[in-house]
Amino acid sequence: MTEPHLLPMPKGDRRLILSAGALLILLALLPLVAPAQAIDKLTQLGIYVLLAVMWNLLAGYAGLVSVGQQAFVGLGGYAMVRLVEAGLGPFPALVLAPFLVALVAWPLAWFVLRLRLGEFAIAMWVIAEVFRGLVMFDPLVQGETGTSVLALNAIDADTRRLAIYLLSLVAASAALAGSFVLLRGRLGAEAQAIRDDEEAAASVGVSTFRVKRLIFVAAAAGCALAGTLWLASAITFQPRTGFGIQWTVFMLFMVLTGGLGTFLGPVVGAVLLMGLQEAFGDFGAWYLFGVGALSVAFALALPGGLVGLWSARRGREPLSMRRRLSAGEG
Amino acid sequence: MQALLSGQGLVKSFGRLRAVDGVDIAVHPGEALGIVGPNGAGKTTLFGALAGAFPLSAGTIRLDGAAITALPAARRCALGIARTHQIPRPFLGLSVFENVQVAARAGGALDADASVGTAAGILSRTGLHDLANRPAGALGLLDRKRLELARALATQPRVLLLDEIGGGLTEAELEQLVALILGLKAQGLTIVWIEHILHALLQVIDRLVCMAQGRVLAEGAPQTVMADAQVRAAYLGSDPE
Ligand SMILES: Nc1ncnc2c1ncn2[C@@H]1O[C@H](COP(=O)(O)OP(=O)(O)O)[C@@H](O)[C@H]1O
Ligand SMILES: [Mg+2]
Repeated sequence: MTEPHLLPMPKGDRRLILSAGALLILLALLPLVAPAQAIDKLTQLGIYVLLAVMWNLLAGYAGLVSVGQQAFVGLGGYAMVRLVEAGLGPFPALVLAPFLVALVAWPLAWFVLRLRLGEFAIAMWVIAEVFRGLVMFDPLVQGETGTSVLALNAIDADTRRLAIYLLSLVAASAALAGSFVLLRGRLGAEAQAIRDDEEAAASVGVSTFRVKRLIFVAAAAGCALAGTLWLASAITFQPRTGFGIQWTVFMLFMVLTGGLGTFLGPVVGAVLLMGLQEAFGDFGAWYLFGVGALSVAFALALPGGLVGLWSARRGREPLSMRRRLSAGEG
Repeated sequence: MQALLSGQGLVKSFGRLRAVDGVDIAVHPGEALGIVGPNGAGKTTLFGALAGAFPLSAGTIRLDGAAITALPAARRCALGIARTHQIPRPFLGLSVFENVQVAARAGGALDADASVGTAAGILSRTGLHDLANRPAGALGLLDRKRLELARALATQPRVLLLDEIGGGLTEAELEQLVALILGLKAQGLTIVWIEHILHALLQVIDRLVCMAQGRVLAEGAPQTVMADAQVRAAYLGSDPE
């Protein structure tokens, strides 16, 4: 008998990762042939994937159910507005703003992560509203009116489209790859232990606060990056949109339909959301209501989401976080 | 000899109930201490206090003579205090192996490679080896109790707090458990064991504490404590076999 060891990643998973790599290269080359409209849609899809991965990281792997992640989406946009106003180029500002938001999230974690589940969810929503209120006081934002990042208009439209598309592609892939590595390591196991039983996790030596804070701050930065990417394509920052509850509705929808706590769930959910938006996006408030209702329906009827359904049929989850020991059945 | 782990004047109140009401307790290096007492005596709450599951209402806890009362549970675990939970609390979404590995890495401070071998060894020792890759949520109660023990051992403890780990086992399984705990003791591990199954407990322990209504009723050599009139009275209605 050989020493006990971790089994290598299943062949199917390795094939999936290789295909994802190939897809990434194709997507990077796509602007050479695809029409501008398609590129814009894919930019949006990238932003959605990024958001969904962040919400899944929080709720699915660390048990931190937040209904206020729009706080960081909005703050990201606002930070970018301010950085550009301070003289930074729009693209450096886009990349730097999430780091500033992380600096805000770090001390905030100290307060909100002490709260229990429901309290945490609500507190995050209140914080989003408070941030929105404060940002509206900034004379630059002019209350509800908002402000535009005019420096973006100075860049030629095609170049801008291409740059934002590639950035969104890189952001979404980095979020996926980064969380894959993170979750399969020590931090991921600790986060999942906290999600399953925080007190028991502490009793086996997990520094619960440290782990939760790391994930909270990472997710805040990720959401902020989604906010800056969004602003870069929309150009206008309005507090009502930037800090809007629709971000949370979308994140909930993508993660719940795709599969909470599954690695591929957010990607599947994001594609589904894009599809719905194409079909029903013109219905305004009704569309948002429908997306919300569908999330609830999924949560009740199919808690594992579409990836859960797929895993049940296949007998195992694709790109699962489970590490298997060499010996032992089951 | 200095106590490895001790508590002085420990009080834990839940509202108006003093679940632990002025307990002094000490366990010495290499010793096996038993705790008995009727249900509701405050035994589990005492473990929670020692392991840092909640803040104390009053009292001081010391490890190697240094106060650790203010340290959170995770730090105490890193210093070598491990506990099992009376009602098992597995990480349901992780596999059995991952439950143990996360404890080995977090509490035991083992690196990734070392944690795999250590976890595998502990799984064999606790009879969970064949279930290593099962989700912990799929385990029955007995295997969940085994997992509690495995996870606590993975944190590389100096003192192990066992809370009614023998309940529900068959005689043959009890025998295995006693052998396992005696083996741990022989390796130098300090043990505090809360148990209702006296004949198993008595095979292991050097000293016995009997608790009732949050207080220590009697303490000393196991046979002396079991012969104590107050102890017998406290046990009436919850017959010690
Ligand atoms: N978290 C809690 N909140 C309120 N009361 C509690 C809590 N934990 C234990 N108790 C109460 O404290 C007393 C002691 O409980 P416990 O320590 O579990 O006793 P034992 O383990 O000796 O059976 C019981 O009356 C129990 O109901
Ligand atoms: Mg108890």
